Amino acid sequence: MSAAVPSPHTGPGAPPPTRPRSADEVRVWQRFTLAERLARFSIYFTIVFAVAWAVQSVEIIVEFIWDAHVQIADMGRRMWPIAWGHYPKGVHEALIETLNIAAVSTLLGVLMAVPVGFLAAHNATPYRFVNYCAKFILVSTRSVNTLLWALFFVAVFGPGALAGTLAIAFHSIGFIGKLFSEAVEDTHRGSIEALTAAGASKLALIQYGYWPQVKPTFWAIALFRWDINVRESAVLGLVGAGGLGMALDTAINLFQWDRVALILAVIFAVVIIAEVVVTEVRKRII
Amino acid sequence: MTSIVPAHIKPFQASPLARAGWLVLIVYLAWAMSSLDFNYARFITGLDNGAKFISRMFPPDFARWELLVKGLTESLQMAFIASFLGVLISLPLGLLAARNLMPAVVSWPVRIIVIACRSFHPVIVAIICVKAVGFGALAGIIALTVASVGFVGKLFTEAIEEISMKQIEAVRATGASFMNVVIFGVVPQVMFRFIGFSAYETDANLRNSTMVGIVGAGGIGGTLFAAFQRFDYDYVFAIVLAIIALIMVGEVLQLWVKKVFKQ
Repeated sequence: MSAAVPSPHTGPGAPPPTRPRSADEVRVWQRFTLAERLARFSIYFTIVFAVAWAVQSVEIIVEFIWDAHVQIADMGRRMWPIAWGHYPKGVHEALIETLNIAAVSTLLGVLMAVPVGFLAAHNATPYRFVNYCAKFILVSTRSVNTLLWALFFVAVFGPGALAGTLAIAFHSIGFIGKLFSEAVEDTHRGSIEALTAAGASKLALIQYGYWPQVKPTFWAIALFRWDINVRESAVLGLVGAGGLGMALDTAINLFQWDRVALILAVIFAVVIIAEVVVTEVRKRII
Repeated sequence: MTSIVPAHIKPFQASPLARAGWLVLIVYLAWAMSSLDFNYARFITGLDNGAKFISRMFPPDFARWELLVKGLTESLQMAFIASFLGVLISLPLGLLAARNLMPAVVSWPVRIIVIACRSFHPVIVAIICVKAVGFGALAGIIALTVASVGFVGKLFTEAIEEISMKQIEAVRATGASFMNVVIFGVVPQVMFRFIGFSAYETDANLRNSTMVGIVGAGGIGGTLFAAFQRFDYDYVFAIVLAIIALIMVGEVLQLWVKKVFKQ
């Protein structure tokens, strides 16, 4: 106990306390409360426990690891030289399709997400129940992975770019809608109250009150999502939803690794270009 | 009434360049949409197919729940290990790539590594890993780790580049070694953001770990894709419900971790 240790406050040289107190009362300054420390400790403990459990129970076939460098060398040899000659007739069309899927799906995603985003923002739509319904739409569309949406739309509309476009568009709703509703909730009330006082209709309120304030964020979100969608649309073909992924899938199934290398190089180039475009456009308009 | 602005100038008109940009964008989108081959007949057939599809999904079939639990467990294991490894690798990489602490000779090569890790979707990385180390969880773990390094490494770098250099200077002025500068100057400033990023990445890995199985890299994705190809849509629906439940739990946990560590 602290009673055994003479503390500076109770020791012989200490100034007399304003109120007599026992040694037990000496308080040690602590940054966090007991509850906070317990919560943190339980998180640390859970992390260590989860990783330890995962490492010791995951099924890994160790023999495959010893063989890995041979396999990688083999893959490298088959990939080189890259089949650049295949680009004009086998890859170019798929590349254009991928870019189209990314652009159109971003447009559709924005068109569907903006109304839902407005309904989810509690200041634009002051009805609790509507807010919750809209938030549920946002969370649920985001929880279903793009590849799952793609499987669904391939079953509905058949294989092709249409399924891929709808898949990315539906998955984008959650992402765009969430960020957009947060932007709407961050708007200042001044101009909106002024418009309300002037008797503006709901539509005029959105057009002149909210829109000018959320416009920069809106463009940032749309651009960011387009960048993500370019990456995603390159994968969707693996489940038959069009674009570069379809060419990739064919090449892998036929073990044409030089063509796989070509497609990977194309994807890499497109992703880098998309990132540069987004950075440049952001600088200009925001 | 006389106006201050001459009549031929419209004050809110967009610049000619912006208007040209809009025109190009609209024409491109119209052309892109026309190339998707979408028409009314296809829409009607699609609705018909969709109704059939959905009617076959109900009720979800949990009869093979053992396989489902096994796949989900493997996904969880992959997500945990990949997040742990990803954060562990990203810590030094993030520091090495920070331009305010490192010379350009060091930071640029590291930045390129991080960009390369980020440029491919985890599923594509998984294809390469499956070729290298065979089917199973290991390929998935490697793929998700690469994706994590690409994402968390970038966020760590940005967080370190945004720190206040005053504290670094103060620690340096005491004659501290580089490690001491990092431990007492850098880490306290970025610790809480790092925890937030790591929690976010764990959540993202959980989502992706349910998908890399489509190309054979372990987890529930393989079971899902197999069920899909056998047209077992009621089992597919059961798996999808389980995945959504797992992801929602992950999102709640992530928000909770962020709340606990918020100062």
